[in-house]
Parts: sequence; C-alpha cells; structure tokens
Amino acid sequence: MQGGVNESVNPSTDPEAAAESAASPAAAAAQVTAAPAAERRRPSREPRHAMPEQNPARRSRNFSEVNLGYTPELAHAEAERCLQCKNPTCEGGCPVGVHIKEFIGALIADDMPASIDWLKKRNALPAVCGRVCPQESQCEAQCILAKRGEAVAIGRLERYVADWDCSRPVEERCFTAPAPSTGRKVAVIGSGPAGLACAGELAARGHSVEVFESLHTGGGVLAYGIPEFRLPKAILADEIGALERLGVAFHYNEPVGKITNARELLDEDGFDAVFIGIGAGLPLFLEIPGENLNGVYSSNEFLTRVNFMHASDFPTYDTPVWWGHSVVVVGGGNVAMDAARTAIRMRAGQVTIVYRRTEAEMPARIEEIHHAKEEGVQIHELCGPLAIEGNTGWVTGLHVQHMELGEPDASGRRRPVPIEGSEETIPCDTVIIAVGTKAHKQLVEITDAKLTERGYLATDEDGRTSDPRIFAGGDIVTGAATVILAMGAGKKAAAAIDEFLKN
Amino acid sequence: MYQVLSKRQLSDAVFELTVEAPRIARKCAAGQFLIIRADEHGERVPFTFSDWSAEEGWVRFIFARVGKTTHLLSRLATHDTIADVSGPLGRPTKILGKGKHMAIVGGGVGTAVAYPVARAACAAGARVSVITGARSADLLILQDELRALPLGRLQITTDDGSAGTQGLVTGPLAELCMNDDVDEVFIVGPAVMMKFAAQTALEAGVKTMVSLNPLMVDGTGMCGACRVTINGRTQFGCVDGPDFDAAGVDWEELMTRQSTYNEQERLSDAKYAHEVLHEVEARLAKLEAEREGSCSCKAE
Repeated sequence: MQGGVNESVNPSTDPEAAAESAASPAAAAAQVTAAPAAERRRPSREPRHAMPEQNPARRSRNFSEVNLGYTPELAHAEAERCLQCKNPTCEGGCPVGVHIKEFIGALIADDMPASIDWLKKRNALPAVCGRVCPQESQCEAQCILAKRGEAVAIGRLERYVADWDCSRPVEERCFTAPAPSTGRKVAVIGSGPAGLACAGELAARGHSVEVFESLHTGGGVLAYGIPEFRLPKAILADEIGALERLGVAFHYNEPVGKITNARELLDEDGFDAVFIGIGAGLPLFLEIPGENLNGVYSSNEFLTRVNFMHASDFPTYDTPVWWGHSVVVVGGGNVAMDAARTAIRMRAGQVTIVYRRTEAEMPARIEEIHHAKEEGVQIHELCGPLAIEGNTGWVTGLHVQHMELGEPDASGRRRPVPIEGSEETIPCDTVIIAVGTKAHKQLVEITDAKLTERGYLATDEDGRTSDPRIFAGGDIVTGAATVILAMGAGKKAAAAIDEFLKN
Repeated sequence: MYQVLSKRQLSDAVFELTVEAPRIARKCAAGQFLIIRADEHGERVPFTFSDWSAEEGWVRFIFARVGKTTHLLSRLATHDTIADVSGPLGRPTKILGKGKHMAIVGGGVGTAVAYPVARAACAAGARVSVITGARSADLLILQDELRALPLGRLQITTDDGSAGTQGLVTGPLAELCMNDDVDEVFIVGPAVMMKFAAQTALEAGVKTMVSLNPLMVDGTGMCGACRVTINGRTQFGCVDGPDFDAAGVDWEELMTRQSTYNEQERLSDAKYAHEVLHEVEARLAKLEAEREGSCSCKAE
C-alpha cells in the first residue's frame, strides 16, 4: 500500500532527479544536505515508532518527564519512514512553516548539525514545540503517510534533534549570528510563546529587542502552566538562553501597565515598535455557589503553586498548596489533564475529571487523555457542576447533574442537555476549575490600541493593531489557543514589525 | 537582585525595609503594593508600600515578623539583597481633595499603609483625620511621621491603655463619624479589625473603603488565589482591589480564605527556626574554633 504512495512522491523514483544526479556527481553531492535522500533511497515500511515513556505506576509518583525521547536508533528508524516528498505537504500544516522535509532529510543522512540548522531556521523553540505542539492535528495530519496509515512522528523527531543540540556544550550549539544591527529597538511585552517567538525573529533580523515580563522568570504559560513532566523547566531555560545569546535582553518583575506602558516605551524610552503578547491569563470560574470555599483552585493557581513556585517541594520551597485525598477537576482540555496529572503526582488518593460532554468531545490532546487515564485519573463524562458544597469553609463535595448529548451547537460539538432528577454529589476535598481563561481588563493600562467587543486586541492578519507602532499576537488577540499558534502569531508580527521598521 | 538600603526595627516584631527599586519608585501611589520573593526558594508575598522616593529610587514597606518569609526579611541587613521585587501592583487608593473630610484608620501594621494615604490626602488639600491603634504603646508605628503631617486630628488608641486612649479604634471612629462631617472613611489593618471598624462607620452612614489583604501568588490577576466576594460577586484582590467598598465585603469568607495554609505555615516556620538555630550554633562553633586557633598561633 505504501509502495503506491512512494511511486508518486518519492524523489528517488523521479526520473529527472535520477538523471540529474547521474549526470552530475557534484550536484548530487551538493544536494546531500538539502535532500540527502536523492540517491535510490527506499523509505522504511516499518510502522510508526512509539515514544519510550516512563511506566505509569512509576511516573505517577514523580515529576520527571513522561516521554523519554527517541534513542538515536529509534530516531533514525523513524526518520527512514519519511518519503522525502517533492512537495512536502507536512510543512503546510505547521503554523511556523518549519522545513520538515529538510531537517528529517539531514537526520536520515546522519548530519545532525545540518538537521538542527534546518529546524532552527523557522522555529526558535524546537525543544518546546517538539513536546507541546498538537502535531497530530498539524504537520502530521498533512503527512502523505497519514492518508494510508500512520504519519511520520515529526514531533518526536523534532524533539530528538533539538535535544541533541541542547546536550552539546553551549559554544558548539546551533547558532546563527543575527543580521547586522539595524539600530532599531523593539519592546516585547510578555515572555510567553508569542513574545519569545517574536523576540527571536526580530533579533535574528538585527533589531535590538528587550522583553518585559511581570513574573520573576520567563516563559509565561510555558513556565507556570505546563507541568515539569510535560516540559522540563531546564528545556525552557535553555531556549531562553539561546535567545539571550542572540542578544535579546529580558527584564523580569516588570508588570507593564503599572511600571510602564506602551506609550511610554515608545515616546520616552526610545523604542521604535512594541509587540504585545501578554496572553489571556484571567482564569474563568463557573460562577456557581461555593466557588470561594477553601480547597477550590483555578487550574492556573494550582499549577502555578506546584509547578512554578515548587509547592511539590514544600517546605524546601516556601510556597504551600493544599490538596486532599479526593480531587475533582472540572474541564476537558489540556489544562484539565495537566491539573489532574499534577494532583496524581502530589499523591492525591483519587483524582476525577468531570466533563459536560463525552471524552470524544474533549478538546485535550488524545495523548494527554490517554496518559491521564494510564496514571489513574478517572473521567466522569456527561456531568455538569451545579454547586460546590462545603462545611466550615472547606470543600466537601461537588454537586453535579448528569447530561445527555443533544443537537450540535455553534462549535459543531453536540450540546450537553441536563437530565432532570439526575443530580448527585461527588464527595471530594479539592476542586480545580479548568474551564479556560480570558483577556485581562488591565489590557487598557498597557495600550489604548483598539480592542474587540470581547476585550481582546483588534489586529489584522499580521498582528497590526490600530496604533501603527503597536503589534500583538497570541492569546491576547485570538483568545486561549495553543503554544504553536501563539508562536506563529509572534513570528508573523515580527515580519510585520520588520517591514514597518524598514519603511 | 534588589539591594536593601536600610532596615529599621520599629518594635519587637515590626520592621521596615527600604529597598533600591528606581523603576518601581517612579510609579508608586498610595494604597498600591509590591510582591517580593526573598530568595530562590521563596514565596511571593505582597506588602503595601509605606513610602517611596522617585528621586532617590527606593521603596519602603513595613511588616510584622509572623511567618517564615517575614522572619527571613527581618534578618536582612543593609547591602543584603532580595531576589525579586515586583510592582507597583493593584489600584491606588482613591484620595479625597479640597473641601472634603477623609477619616483614615490604621490598625497595627496597617498604619504603614494609612500613613501614605493620609499624606496624599493632605497633599490633595483634604481635611484629614487619622485614628491609629495597636495592642500596646510599643506596637504603635510611624507616630513621628504622622505628627509631621498637617492633620485635622490624630487619635491614638491602645488595647491596654499604654498610650493614647484605652480601647479599640471603633470608639473614636464612632465619635468622629457622629460628630463630624466625614465624607469617607478609609480603613486598613487586620481583617477582624477592619470588619468591626467598617461596621462602626457604616452604621453612622459614612461611605467606607477598606484595603483587603487576601493571600496572593502572582499579584497580576492570573491565579485567582486572592478571590474576595464583594456584593455577592467574586473579585480579585490584586487587580480589582486591594481597596473595596466595605459595605459589600464578605468578611467571614476573607478570614477563612486567609487561614487556608495555617498548618503548612506552622510547619514552614518550625523548619526555619530549626535552620536558624543550626546556623547560630555553627557560627558559635566557628568563633570558638577561631579563638582556640588564634591562641595556638601565638603559642607557635
């Protein structure tokens, strides 16, 4: 079956390419880095290689990374599956347009420095993206192999190559010197994925970039939201270090909107443009009775305490967190999975996810749901919270109503409809609300650029706001979305800023 | 890193730190707060500014030594550093102007916040009355600073009568609200003190604002640890406050939420006390060894 696919797309069967390499050995040699598979290469027909992971019983007791990463043997075997298509459709599925064919091609040729070079050309944070991007709905969904079987594990290969680079001494790592200084200054507000991607792109183009972050370390949601077992802090620190080597300056403890604002940065501090990538960090609550009882957390608070402030190491670290024997997490997204899996690792006796629809409608990545279940998280589907019950100020249970699925709503997902008389109380001592976030009202203290009706920044496709010197991207424009979409928006805005600065 | 410029001990357990933070100092307003993280293992803890100087580039805050972080801060000396200082956070206190009478009530360490509010109201031309209370005379703070302001009235109360009038701030506050044309009352102090003082002022029919002190983590509206219920609606202490109309505050909820980590805090304090003890013992042992060492040197 795969053979048929190969016939039509593999360059090795392309008569023109074959003739060319036969006629000119020099040209063939030159092609090695760009498309090393130009020789009569037969892609492997092995099935997709699984990601080695810590076993569930063990990992549910520690905060170390769940996915261990490919070994060199697995990485090569997986790379060999790549068809090296003439028109790599996978690249079209990537929000930042990574040169997927080329980096895998270099991997096949065992040229690791070339592979990381290709990867970093379009993506400043490959070690992060290789871990947290939903590849199954992006690049891998567009892989030709996915039509007849399983896609090449592009994300796992990306991670393998990025980790290989990180394992080298700093002075040997992939580093593309920035373009000569343009003498123009850009302020980036927020050090989350949008800000980091924008900063990296601008610095590479020779602009002087300064990032302003209100917390005490960088990364935004990558630092406080995504747990250590999915994205180790050391990996994030490494990617930020790479931006610093590119010349990006980071200012921490600077809550823009309070300590300064966009106008001041532009008019008094000599910045030529400002990029706003502050995310949508205001946690949503259910607005049901009992939500301010002790033992009720927003997912942001729970994850920030455990993950960012190291409450898992209390009292070595000073920040405490309260969790009980029985934790209920409300929500069905990746953040709900992260919170539930974090609670498991904090030795909570029972962790239950409560979701209004069914598992099939959950917005979380399938891998995350699968991992959560393996680690012992229970899922109560078709269950809508009505109230949080408490005693002397502390949570004692979550009162819920069972649902059934009705007609599809505007999002195309079937709408949950309450079943009369199906109310019950799930006993628990901790409730974590993971139902999303929205834009901060304080956005207006940062800029007076035009907002949308929902309170987000209004921009064009390239991140231009109503103020010609102010650009924006990521969740503060789109509402809560993924890391890679924010990075894509940061990069797009960087291109628009670059164009603006040149004119 | 932020350098400690000076430390002052105001009473047995109350300290004042002045920290170099020029960028914060240029933007401070009365009623706003900062968040500090003492060291790499530290908690993020909010403190309201007691003073600042944009010209000299410093900010100042006052705290009672009650838990691990405040204990650690109380042991800092000039030239020591604090890992992180972030601010100014929260909304500034609303200050009344010319022709208005503002009554400002500070309880215990809350007086550290009452002082800059009173100073700002004086500068704005309002008539300002201040009531400051503490358990005993040695716990009264910023008395000289308050006396230096052009206040309409300064009333001092202590629970034990060791200074000023014996009793709570509520007595003089009730009298002030009844007999004078107070336009607005501003109260800051421990939650239970604010609750009763606010009740007193509200009963007299005077608009009353309180500066709430819920637990916080980030201080920028991201986590919601500081949720307070105001008129039945959830608000975030850090970004919607810290000042709220006292008439709508759910005091019981505030006090319950403040107690969430009491048990963990005791554990943290005990561990720290143990560490300090070890540190002191090690230092003594070193001194002893040095003394013996110098003796033997001389002998040689």
